[in-house]
Amino acid sequence: MVPSSEIPWGALLILLPLAAAILCFVWPKLAVVTGVVTMLLLTLAVGGFAWQLQREGLYQHAVGGWETPLGIGLYGDGLSLLMLAMTVLVGLAITLYARSYFNQKQARVFWPLWLLLLAALNALFLSADIFNLYITLEMVGLAAVALVALKGGRDALNGAMRYLLATLLGSLTYLLGVALLYHSYGTVDLVLLAERIDNSPVVWAALGLMGAGLLLKTALFPLHFWLPAAHASAPAPISALLSALLVKASFYIFLRLWLVLFAPLGGDVALLLGLLGAVAILWGSWQALRQTRLKLLVAYSTVAQIGYLFVAFPLAAAAGAMLWNGVSYLMLSHALAKAAMFLAAGNLLLFGGHDRIAELDRAVQRLPISTAAFALAGVSIMGVPPSGGFIGKWLLLEAAIEQGYWLLAAVMVVGGLLASAYIFKVVGYAFTRSTATPEPQSIPMGMEWAALLLAIASILLGFTAPWVFALLGIGDPFGGGAP
Amino acid sequence: MNTALLYSLVGIGLFSLGLYALIVHAHLLRKILAINVMGSGVFLLLIALAKRTATPLPDAVPHAMVITGIVVTVAATALALTLMVRVAMENHRAELSDQSQE
Amino acid sequence: MNESVWLPLLVIASSLIPGVIIFALAERRVKLRTTLNLCGALLKMALVGAMLWGVYHGQHYEVRLALLPQLELVLRADALSLLFVTLSSVLWLVTTVYAIGYLEGSPNRSRFFGFFSLCVTATVGLALAGNLITFLIFYELLTLATYPLIMHRGTEASRRAGKIYLRYTMAGGALLLVAIIWLYTLSGTLEFTPQGFLDGIDEQHHPALIIIFVLLIAGLGVKAALVPLHGWLPEAMVAPAPVSALLHAVAVVKAGAFGIIRVVYDVFGVDFATLLGVTGPLVIVAAITIVYGSLRALFQDDLKRRLAYSTVSQVAYITLGVAIAGPIAAVGGMVHLVHQGLMKITLFFCAGNLAETLGIHKVSEMNGVGRRMPWTMAAFTVGVFGMIGAPPVAGFISKWYLGMGALEMDQGWLILVLAASSLLNAAYFLPILYAAWFCEPSGPWPEERNFGRKETAWALLLPPVVTALLALAVGLLALAPFTPLAWVEFVVQREFVP
Repeated sequence: MVPSSEIPWGALLILLPLAAAILCFVWPKLAVVTGVVTMLLLTLAVGGFAWQLQREGLYQHAVGGWETPLGIGLYGDGLSLLMLAMTVLVGLAITLYARSYFNQKQARVFWPLWLLLLAALNALFLSADIFNLYITLEMVGLAAVALVALKGGRDALNGAMRYLLATLLGSLTYLLGVALLYHSYGTVDLVLLAERIDNSPVVWAALGLMGAGLLLKTALFPLHFWLPAAHASAPAPISALLSALLVKASFYIFLRLWLVLFAPLGGDVALLLGLLGAVAILWGSWQALRQTRLKLLVAYSTVAQIGYLFVAFPLAAAAGAMLWNGVSYLMLSHALAKAAMFLAAGNLLLFGGHDRIAELDRAVQRLPISTAAFALAGVSIMGVPPSGGFIGKWLLLEAAIEQGYWLLAAVMVVGGLLASAYIFKVVGYAFTRSTATPEPQSIPMGMEWAALLLAIASILLGFTAPWVFALLGIGDPFGGGAP
Repeated sequence: MNTALLYSLVGIGLFSLGLYALIVHAHLLRKILAINVMGSGVFLLLIALAKRTATPLPDAVPHAMVITGIVVTVAATALALTLMVRVAMENHRAELSDQSQE
Repeated sequence: MNESVWLPLLVIASSLIPGVIIFALAERRVKLRTTLNLCGALLKMALVGAMLWGVYHGQHYEVRLALLPQLELVLRADALSLLFVTLSSVLWLVTTVYAIGYLEGSPNRSRFFGFFSLCVTATVGLALAGNLITFLIFYELLTLATYPLIMHRGTEASRRAGKIYLRYTMAGGALLLVAIIWLYTLSGTLEFTPQGFLDGIDEQHHPALIIIFVLLIAGLGVKAALVPLHGWLPEAMVAPAPVSALLHAVAVVKAGAFGIIRVVYDVFGVDFATLLGVTGPLVIVAAITIVYGSLRALFQDDLKRRLAYSTVSQVAYITLGVAIAGPIAAVGGMVHLVHQGLMKITLFFCAGNLAETLGIHKVSEMNGVGRRMPWTMAAFTVGVFGMIGAPPVAGFISKWYLGMGALEMDQGWLILVLAASSLLNAAYFLPILYAAWFCEPSGPWPEERNFGRKETAWALLLPPVVTALLALAVGLLALAPFTPLAWVEFVVQREFVP
């Protein structure tokens, strides 16, 4: 028996789902079992990784003994851990949900792709060189496109195609930037790049290209055009993972690049990002309010919530690590809440046979657990206490007000009010008097509880901030010392 | 003008050309081809920039990157083509449709 | 960990846990649900009793839980918070009994009682809040928990009311959030401190502090229904009677008023607030609200709407007492928190009884109702005299102290406001009493339900009678120890003795 401190948790996080994906593909009969078991093992592995990180600090591992710059290096700090934990939490719920959601034929396709996606995501969060990030990002994107198209149908196929074109465009643009940076500094390792980088036109071009590619994938306004269609047309568990995890994956790369490469260079860029974020909040919330279809409403809400993440950039220079803690927290709570919302919306759609908001009352009243999940997740999205969303928003607002960015503060507050408007537009139907009709079909308990548990988790996050921030500080990802 | 710079410029030119085609053409096959042209542009640039030092031996790392990149592009193209066929069957033409089902 | 930590948590849990369990209960489990409700309410009373005893003997109750690295969730029992906690827990018990009777046989009771318990949890939580962020958390929780109660009936009117209520309260909550964060960036603390924690702040920030004060009062004024932020309250009258009783006597409006007390006394401090010159305008706003609410009440035919406008006016007494910034007026304002609660809940219970038993919703339908329902109308009469301020009912005590307090601070004109309000109260309440007791019924009641020899169900009749007796008792025995008045004087000493 190997002592648990010597188990290579980091490598397991990537290899386990990868092997399981292949197993599922070769042996479709075992797909569901393999998927569930792998997810549980992954949870254990993230726990082990967290424990290891807490004991030993920064995680660094050269794959196959090849040191950087030639080999591939794995790298993990508090921020990576947060992303891995987020993936596992959302992943557990999606696994629970998908177990009942897909029929046998779809399940044969779903499980290998889903496990592959998990492997790619985990690899992405443990990568620290810009080329490896490209590869993992592309793997994530391709697996996701296939998942969007999984159920077929015109909307889903069109959405998948649009998503594929956007994602390829984004990653090629990013790769062009990588090429330019490599040319200038002869390395793709983030740490080495941070040491060597200087202020030259090529660097600006490279960072501009990489940034643009990533922002397209993150769907920051006005590059969000592909998101609502893709997120709304996919099957419910896929929508959940797109909105909760995928958007965060490209944001995570952007944040990493920003922290070590961009931040010292661009104050005006930060302001521009902040303004785009502010417009995204207003535009996304407004569009969400106008939607007549539930899933589109939730998708536009994602556009708005991404805006919050970017509003932080102009504030970061003066506010320091605590602000990035807030952004990370917002990212985590949005992931949990938005996944819960999409899963709940999926239940309502399945039960009612449609997702026209104006005719939802019957479904909303017959599925109290899903409705409760939607409402609780909504609380976190609105940023009303007690919830994880509130903690994140508090830190952002505090920084904005302290530094006198009144416009950004006002936008954040108005965004919260608009969010409450579009969420209560749906939740309000729980209280009308619908005509009672016999039950057409019931929703499996696992699917309802998957949504509710995620939503409860997003509320409970309101009470765990100091503890999470302590973990986030491992390896000092945001500079300026541990909080 | 040295060769490396020439190739680099051609690479960037291809990339831009592909981007333009991706935006203006509605036909999905043309869009997929455009993406491939963009990819080739980037790879050309990487190969050209591999000769960054004065030594006669070029840097091997970009070559490795290009090989990896080609693998990724092949996979992406295969996926895109399959998807295109399915989309074309649903839409009755190989273009994206704006209307939703209802 | 000892009892001083556990007790505040238990007080919160005694309504939170039954509430959560009730949500999960099937609709038909009436007995279990009723038992849970009553046990929770009784347990809370007992715990609050223990806490009262402890605080009176100098015991210190406090729980802290880190929310952010420098900010904590603080639950603390001081004399002021116990005033509100006691009021809430007593009236929760009474209203629970009433609601059980009132909703008998109607649909969605699990949902109703679940949110009902959450409402009380939020109210008690904000009463016990030891700093502004804790207050904000429970304040927003209260908004979210009352919304389903207003919407409970599910009619078009209640949807509309719910929407209006949300618009007002969410906007109010947003203002409060901005103000609290701004305050935090200036002061670095949010902890409620007797006589405030802001007087040390540099003078250049005084304009900002004035804006913060305005934002805070605006955010709280929405719930306290200060004119012009009162619009949601009359609309919310479509809710079932126990909800109206709870909203108006205990939870929502009082949460706003209580918040104003906290902000003036424990955030800014009376002296500092006077120095900033913000108390004067607050007095004027309160005075306008008192007169305006009474005037509007005069013209309402719907009984519950008339009561609602009366609430707008009466709750402003509390704000007025605080804003006058003198010790005597403060006693009047704070004691009115309790007195108005007892009287107004009586009136709403009675209105509910009339609607439930006889189908009466309008003042014009009340002719001769006193003969059909003498006990209900007797309780109603006590409530009305209290509202007008006639001795010996509780309302007299509040008005007396408010008037004396205004004179003490050389604000004699406020006596005129109080007198005008009393006259208007009489003008819109006395005709009801006259019609009920001295007019002949003009025909059969709109929708009469028969309860045999009783005038209505026990669960509906007992609560108003009990609260009416309480309102009488706290007025008659005002000078005895352990009355609300005695307790409030104990609270006020802390604020005004240097």
